[in-house]
Amino acid sequence: MGIRFILLVNKQGQTRLAQYYEYMTLEECRALEGEIVRKCLTRTDQQCSFVEHRNYKVVYRRYASLFFMVGVDNDENELAILEFIHLLVETMDRHFGNVCELDIMFHLEKAHFMLEEMVMNGCIVETSKANILHPIQLMDKAS
Amino acid sequence: MAHSGMRGLSVFISDIRNCRNKELERIRVDKELGHIRTRFKSEKGLSFYEKKKYVWKVLYIYMLGYDVDFGHMETLSLISAPKYGEKQVGYIATSCLLNENCDFLRIVINSVRNDIIGRNETFQCLALTLVGNIGGRDFAESLAPDVQKLLISSSCRPIVRKKAALCLLRLYRKNPDIINIDGWSDTMAQLLDERDFGVLTSVMSLLVSLVSNNTDAYWNCIPKCVKILERLARNQDIPQDYTYYGIPCPWLQVKIMRALQYFPTIEDPNTLKSLLEVLQRIMMGTDVVKNINKNNASHAVLFEALALAMHLDAEKDIMSQCVALLGKFIAVREPNIRYLGLENMTRILLVTDVHDVIKKHQTQIITNLKDPDISIRRRALDLLYGMCDVTNAKDIVEELLQYLNEADFAMREELALKVAILAEKFAPDLSWYVDVVLQLIDKAGDFVSDDIWHRVVQFVTNNEDLQPYAAAKAKEYLNKHVLHETMVKVSAYLLGEHGHLLSRRPGCSPKEIFAIINEKLPTVSTETIAIILSTYAKILTHTQPPEPELQDQIWSIFKKYEGYINVEIQQRAVEYLALSKKGVSLTDILAEMPKFPERKSALLKKTEDTESDTAEQSALRLRTQQKASDALVVTDQRTANGEIKAGQLSPVKLPNQNMNVNSEEQTTTNGALDTVDLDPTLSTDLIGDLLAIEGPPSISVPTEQTPVSGLDQETDLIGALALSTVDEQSNSIKPIGDIEEWFQALCIKDSGVLYEDIYIQIGLKADWRAHQGRIILFIGNKSTSSLTSVQALVLPPSYLKMDLSLLPSTIPPRAQVQCCLDVINICPSRDTSVLDFSYRYGSVMIEAKLRLPVVLNKFLQPISISPDDFFSQWKSLSEPPLKVQEVVKGVKTLSLPEMARLLSSVQLRVTPGLDTNPNNLVASSTFHSESIHAMLCLLRIETDPSDRTQIRMTVASGDPTLTFELKEFIKEKLIIIPNARPVPSPTSLQTQNPVLPAASNDDPGAMLAGLL
Repeated sequence: MGIRFILLVNKQGQTRLAQYYEYMTLEECRALEGEIVRKCLTRTDQQCSFVEHRNYKVVYRRYASLFFMVGVDNDENELAILEFIHLLVETMDRHFGNVCELDIMFHLEKAHFMLEEMVMNGCIVETSKANILHPIQLMDKAS
Repeated sequence: MAHSGMRGLSVFISDIRNCRNKELERIRVDKELGHIRTRFKSEKGLSFYEKKKYVWKVLYIYMLGYDVDFGHMETLSLISAPKYGEKQVGYIATSCLLNENCDFLRIVINSVRNDIIGRNETFQCLALTLVGNIGGRDFAESLAPDVQKLLISSSCRPIVRKKAALCLLRLYRKNPDIINIDGWSDTMAQLLDERDFGVLTSVMSLLVSLVSNNTDAYWNCIPKCVKILERLARNQDIPQDYTYYGIPCPWLQVKIMRALQYFPTIEDPNTLKSLLEVLQRIMMGTDVVKNINKNNASHAVLFEALALAMHLDAEKDIMSQCVALLGKFIAVREPNIRYLGLENMTRILLVTDVHDVIKKHQTQIITNLKDPDISIRRRALDLLYGMCDVTNAKDIVEELLQYLNEADFAMREELALKVAILAEKFAPDLSWYVDVVLQLIDKAGDFVSDDIWHRVVQFVTNNEDLQPYAAAKAKEYLNKHVLHETMVKVSAYLLGEHGHLLSRRPGCSPKEIFAIINEKLPTVSTETIAIILSTYAKILTHTQPPEPELQDQIWSIFKKYEGYINVEIQQRAVEYLALSKKGVSLTDILAEMPKFPERKSALLKKTEDTESDTAEQSALRLRTQQKASDALVVTDQRTANGEIKAGQLSPVKLPNQNMNVNSEEQTTTNGALDTVDLDPTLSTDLIGDLLAIEGPPSISVPTEQTPVSGLDQETDLIGALALSTVDEQSNSIKPIGDIEEWFQALCIKDSGVLYEDIYIQIGLKADWRAHQGRIILFIGNKSTSSLTSVQALVLPPSYLKMDLSLLPSTIPPRAQVQCCLDVINICPSRDTSVLDFSYRYGSVMIEAKLRLPVVLNKFLQPISISPDDFFSQWKSLSEPPLKVQEVVKGVKTLSLPEMARLLSSVQLRVTPGLDTNPNNLVASSTFHSESIHAMLCLLRIETDPSDRTQIRMTVASGDPTLTFELKEFIKEKLIIIPNARPVPSPTSLQTQNPVLPAASNDDPGAMLAGLL
């Protein structure tokens, strides 16, 4: 049970954020991103949010032009991950105020800091938005 | 826009964003990389701010999918920076760019440790996260005590402790010994008293991992888990920030319920009672609401509660509630809930006996099989497969067959396999089974693996009543104009064996059968030609008295194929012709096939779960293994002493053989010519597989099998007949995967699977330092009983010193043992060393000879060399045997970059531009060995753009053996060597010859390899 990777990809298939929790070579990452993006982007809203890929699952959610995709082991609780994506988005919203693709592009480091507070070693560490954002706020104050 | 205070980074990102296409993007990225590289190199001392900026750029470029092979040191150096901002970038970038196998990582262990034991808690967090994400064994050994201390320290704030918990989880997975179970279960129980939800969430993940590795300890945590769950479920005293859309921390609830599923049972009646109350509450109290997020969160909890209830095998009424809920779910519109309903219904089938209730939903499930969403269709297919039994097999299989017509490409193979298995497992009668499989081949021939048609043949051969029916069916199909080749194979085979049973029927005289098969002959592949030739030989045998006209026709075909390009076909034609002229002896040799010994269906074996790559065993899988499930019952299992239990589909008359382990006499019992192992998963060689002349396979693994004992007695009869294809050890337990592939992968990587079969997995991790290396073998027992007589033996070749640590002779169920192999390289050689590995499962002895990936390139270290150095060395090594040149033909057609990649995969550093001719490659490396220490090796490959299959290769080094061996080594990598066999012959070990792959001698590539 665990998260293998978190990917943010836009409608054109461009990766906006990628965080892997198990080691993969660059080629493997590229191949995987290509395959998953192809699979998920062609799906309609009437289809479910889970895509089975190789020996794991991708749980994904679309927000405007951005797809949030999380690769999980087959026995992971899918809905919990689906809402975890939403928690991530809400956390970003709280920080950026209605987050958009550009926010994530130009503040990649912030997005990474948030993820780092939320997930570690493929496990969820923190689900309180205040706690997640605390270190970032400290830093913003300092600078 | 003011961006993150790093202007240069924002400008770069804008530029990338404005690139109209990938090509422009690449140009921009290359420019930036060039810039960063010079900045990093320019020794002028970058400020931390600049380093930070460049590292983020590198990270960004890496994320875009570009390889960045520099800047790692700069990234690492940020870790020891004094300021938080820089340190943070260093840590985050390191965990994105590097992995645990990177040697670089070792140099920062000390800085990381200083941060962990230091006073600054933000630094502690960063360091713990890094180790938690990419820490390897080195980290486990040096940091575990510190991390444990932080986790249990009362003076540490939750912000640090939650990270310490997950960091410890990582280190524990790397080395389970870091946690001493005795005391630790109490510590875990204490940790569960924690009030902070972040810490609890992390600790719960740690608990899951600990319990999944050791289900017997940690009992004392159960009541605490149930308490927390109760508190959450009742929403007592939950901080607002942890409440998600009104649901008290759904993720923690899910995690607790998951942890509880790893305990086999909950014995304490009071705890169990409270838990069941909570579950009941969740199941009754979850309503569908409008808010999608709330709905998802509450259903996430509900589905986990269902899973836990299934696991506890709760009382009847709770279970029927579960099924009722699931029944509701699979009929809703909302696709996510429907998907999960189907998925969980499949799971519930595995743990409890609810087939009858689920059958009521059959129609609904079949509707889902036609859903526009492939994810849902897959779940529906799995469920139908799981719920199938004797009573509904006909309906379900027919439904699936019909669905095969419209099913998408991605599902067809799986569908075909499932249909075949269901037909086999639950056939109400055998003729139905034959019907189904033939239909299957007809509709989806491309997706019907050889296993499937081989299985039909086995059944038909073993059941006399079935033979005329099957032959008649085969003939019917052959009448069709358009036919899949697999259908030709199976029909030809069946008609050859049993066609004579039809001889009285109209249109089924030997001549007519011959004619109808012969129509197909011109269009089929060699594999099928081989089968058809055997069929003709059989037709001749069965036609008594002989019909001269038919005989002439068949003989002329045999004659035609006597000169055929494929050796197998040629041999068959020659032998059959000679045999059929002998008259009577023909009838003996080409008599009907003896019955096949019963065996576990290869198909079922195939479907058994082979994935074990998740860190924890899935709770469900553990559960299924603990409980003898009947969902996956195999009808013909052998008992431990080798007797056969007749299952539903076993033949009425069992073959009269004993199946004792290691009984070699059996190969002679039924007059077989050789001992080709028929099991399709065991032999990839189709031609040697189902064709004509067979004997029963030996059940066990005779360690030293006398070569083809059946042959000795019948040599006069057979004369020069050489149909045997005994080139593999006849293990009945075969690896699930390709040993050779694993080996090849390990030659390039340093960790991976070395061997795996259904009982055992051997993983390998290697660490190389100059001429020394340490290999750790992780031997895991996948089964639920102990493996005994475990033995590993290495015969070190003369060029290596090897020292293998002791291995326990017994591996307990589901346990893993480690075994360490120290290697010292003495002198260059391309030989490989072989690990003789054997173990016993029940009464079956399994033996595997495994090549160890201690290959030449492991002792190479890529080195960059300046043009001046290169040329001076190149000139000084001017003559053979120090510098040798060879023109190599039959090279794989590789582009130059591909070839360069291949070279760098074996640790040869390609230096572009050194050779002025763009068609040439120049590479260098250092070879380490005890006898010649570190020795520089140089390589030049000149390619011919007009003919990519040949190259001129020059290798130079200061040692003649090294030069020669390296040249041969690279050559082996570059030329095409097809059909490399996984098992090296034992002789190659003794004679110290390079292990040349045995390949069939009609293959030009193999002949080439042989010549080298």
